[in-house]
Parts: sequence; structure tokens; C-alpha cells
Amino acid sequence: MILAVDTSLGTAVALIGDDGASRAEASTADPLGHAEVIGDLIARVLDDGGADPVHHVVAGMGPGPFTGLRIGIAAARAFALGRGIPVLPVPSHHAAALAAIEEDGVTGSFAVVTDARRREVAVTVFDGTDADGIPIVIADTVLVPAAEADAHLDGVRRIDAATLSAVALARVGARAHAAGRTLTGDEPLYLRHPDVSLPGAPKKVGL
Amino acid sequence: MSEPLVLGIETSCDETGIGIVRGRTLLSNTIASSMDEHARYGGVVPEVAARAHLEALQPSIDAALAEAGVRLADLDAVAVTSGPGLAGALMVGVGAAKGLAVSLDKPLYAVNHLVGHIAADILTPDSDPLEYPTIALLVSGGHTSLLHVRDLTTDVEMLGETMDDAAGEAFDKVARLLSLPYPGGPEIDRAALEGDPAAIRFPRGLSRASDMAAHRYDFSFSGLKTAVARWVERCEAEGTAVPVADVAASFREAVVDVLVTKALAACEDLGVPRLLLGGGVIANRRLREVALARAEAAGVTVRIPPLSLCTDNGAMIAALAAELITSGRRPSTLAFGADSTLPVTEIQVDERVAVA
Ligand SMILES: [Zn+2]
Repeated sequence: MILAVDTSLGTAVALIGDDGASRAEASTADPLGHAEVIGDLIARVLDDGGADPVHHVVAGMGPGPFTGLRIGIAAARAFALGRGIPVLPVPSHHAAALAAIEEDGVTGSFAVVTDARRREVAVTVFDGTDADGIPIVIADTVLVPAAEADAHLDGVRRIDAATLSAVALARVGARAHAAGRTLTGDEPLYLRHPDVSLPGAPKKVGL
Repeated sequence: MSEPLVLGIETSCDETGIGIVRGRTLLSNTIASSMDEHARYGGVVPEVAARAHLEALQPSIDAALAEAGVRLADLDAVAVTSGPGLAGALMVGVGAAKGLAVSLDKPLYAVNHLVGHIAADILTPDSDPLEYPTIALLVSGGHTSLLHVRDLTTDVEMLGETMDDAAGEAFDKVARLLSLPYPGGPEIDRAALEGDPAAIRFPRGLSRASDMAAHRYDFSFSGLKTAVARWVERCEAEGTAVPVADVAASFREAVVDVLVTKALAACEDLGVPRLLLGGGVIANRRLREVALARAEAAGVTVRIPPLSLCTDNGAMIAALAAELITSGRRPSTLAFGADSTLPVTEIQVDERVAVA
């Protein structure tokens, strides 16, 4: 089985079998509280998923608000370390894209749009799946001001995701692994630099 | 279980600490610090620290296991800092600890960082066991706290803490005023070598008679920092060179004086002739010297864990959990989170309820 963990939006955890079918799924839509729920959700899918061994862990690498996003990646990596199994990093938008194509029958190009806080959204444009069954990215993920998203998309169909399916994330990871592909690096898709400025001269306190 | 094997994860500030202990025996104290990444900003940047924790966790766990010569499967429990500390940084450790504990199907203990600093002391094999009650003074870049420890696992009371900057932060900020690099502690120490600690009488925060009712054991360093800034500006306005050595020595003396005075006042008021020092600022030689000399004069015994266990580390977290286990405490549930202001009275977070 493959365990998938994603905290880029809510908290989503799933187990799929080697046939790609869902074995267990647990999630909350709450965009906060990832640290509180992550352990119980993983424990629950393990309880519900049957006795087959877990041989890979898929980590959703964002984009997403950093503080929450890291919790799922940290949990996924530590779980894999505990079992001595590899981590497969997958961009989180791929899960929303796969679900749109295979469950909702979306055809042609479309944009997955998620909240990036600070009045910005993260946008990735997809069009169908490739020979490996992985959604094809036709425009890489970018952050755009929420108010300008429609202008930015210029008529491309927009799919706003407030939650995502860890089953779909696991499937993308399984297909990438089967094809010997790596979809993203070990660094989360932060898309922003840490929000700090270099210190200037000390402020005068006045005599 | 007499000697539990515990792996501790500590990510409350800028050190990713992984410690492994067997009971009171230290097997590994592995630390990856992101201090260099913060140097250009002149202080710890929470987002930079959190990113560094995520990167450092797995290699640090691997290194700790290798050093300890144990396997994850051998562990009796996993421990993690729940708070206090930087929320985003703490959450990386909490996520990892839960993933690891569930993966291994091992008990998880969520513990208090400040009490962890006290637990560091029990990992010192050559000294006598920690005696209770004791007063503990914890001084670092993140906290300045005075505690009354009646029992490590059940009864710790906060007597006082800083109302503004932590002592370590004050060192960093004053170093910047003197154009010295980050981190400020060692730089101020170096600059103070040739300086006269009595050259300038800088203010001692919350030390006036009028402060004693409400803030007898509390600290404040922002007024001191402002006084140093004024002094430096006055030199510049007068066109004279800033006597860096004297300013550094006098500033350090003010910090040390107020820390030691309040700690020994607590010892005397509470009739506790024992003082435990912890936290990274204990690396400051002048603080240790003054504390030892004045404590001896007051008839107070001072304990200082090795400096590698005074700075933030995972071994102290593992050690505290090992004591909790040995004393019969049940593990934490999986439902706890990171609590940036966790009170010191919560030594363990979210202990499971006993099943009848
Ligand atoms: Zn600390």
C-alpha cells in the first residue's frame, strides 16, 4: 500500500492498494489545526486500511500556507523513516488536477486555484494526462493576487480547490513511481521567500 | 520498564535537536543549528528557522541513531517539545514526532521545553542526583525564567520571567548597537575583556523597591538596551569614540547582576539553598563566575549542566520523557498541538486518561 499525506489546504491522509484503489481515507477541511489532527488521521487510515505493508509514502509538497504545509511533510518523512521506506514528493495541485480529470471528467485546459493567504492565490494550469497517467502541467505554479486571478487566467476554466483528495495524491505518486519519474524536489513549493528584511542602522532612541 | 530508551525531538527555536537517552544515560545529543542563516538578519527569523527544521530533521535523526548505536525499532517511546517556543518551528517537530510514533506504533510524550532544560541536569553521570526543591534560572535567546522546582515530573512553578526581551536577545541587540556581529553573547564577552564593568552604571530592570511587590522575580531588559543606545548616541553626538570595551563590560555586568540577584533572592525567600542554571546564555563566563561567587557567599549550591546540554537540545526532552515514563505516567494522546505559550506547570501535555 501507499500512504499519502497532504496539509497544503486541510489535512488529508489516505492509503491506496497496489491496484490504485482507495483502502482508507481520512481528512479534515480545517485550514488550521494540522498539527493537532495529523497523528490521529494517519493512525485511523492504518487501522482501516488492512494489513498489507505500506511500501511508500507520498508527501504533498504544496503550494500552501507554509506553517501548515510543513507539518504534513514532516509527518510523512518521519513515518517513512520509521518504516524504512521511501518518500515520493508530489506537488499538491496534481491531486486536484487528477481528481478533476478522472472523477469529474474535465477535458481541455483548466487551472487549479488554491488560497495562498495574503490575498493571493496559487495557480497551476493543466491539460489532460500523459502516457503515465499523470496530469500534464502547461503553466507552472505561480502566485497571483486573488483579485487579478481571472484576468491572469484569461478565459481558462478555473477550478477552485478548498480541499484535496489524498487518494488522488497517492495515485499520482504511484504512477510517477511506476514510471520512474520524480515530479518535484525535496524542498516544499514555498513560492515565497521568508518574509524578512535585512536590518538597517539601529533606530535612534533620542537623547 | 526501568531504563526506557527514548528519542527526543526539539524544534522550539533555531536548533533542531535530536537526543537519545536510556533512562538517565545520554546516548546521543545531535544538534543542527540554523544560527548562521539568521546571522544576516541579526536575530532568529521564525520562518527561516522552521524551514531549516524541516530540512534538518531526517539527517539529524539518522545521525543520532548512528551515534547511539540503536535502531528506531528498539525505542520504547518518542518525545517532543510541545511548547513554549516559536509556533511554526514547534509544529515541524510535532508533525515529525507524530509521524514517527504512529509509524513505529510507540508511545509519544509531549513535554514542556522549559522543564526539559531542568531535566538536562539528570544526564550528568558524575554528579549527585538533583535535589529538590531547587530554584532554576533559565537564560537563553528565547527565555529568561526563574522557576521553583519541587519535583521534575510533577511540580514546577514559574516565579518570574522576562516582561520584554530575553537576556540573550538583549545581548544580540546591544551587540548591534556596538556594531558587533550576531550572535551577540560571545561578541560582547570578547569586547568586554579589556573593559571596566564599573565604568558606566547602566540600569538594573525591575530592581527598584517599588518593583518588588509585583515583579520581584521578573526581568526586563528593554530599558537597559535603550540606556546603552542613548549612551552610544551621546558619544556620537559629542564626536567622541564609543568606548566599546567599557560599554560591553558595563552592559554585561548589569545583565549578570540582575539575573544573579533575583535568583539568589528567590533562594533566600523560599529557603532553598540550591540553584540550577540552564539555557544557552549560561555559556557566558562572567555570568557563571558571578553566580558561583555570590552563591557561595550566600551558602547556595550551584549546578550547571555541561554547556552542550544547556543550549536547546533533544536529549533534555528525551530525558524528561524518560523520567515521566519511569514515574508511571501514561503517554500523551495524539491530539496535542504546538503551544507557543505553554505554561511551565504543564510538564507533560495531553496525558492519556487511564482506562478503567
Ligand atoms: Zn530553551
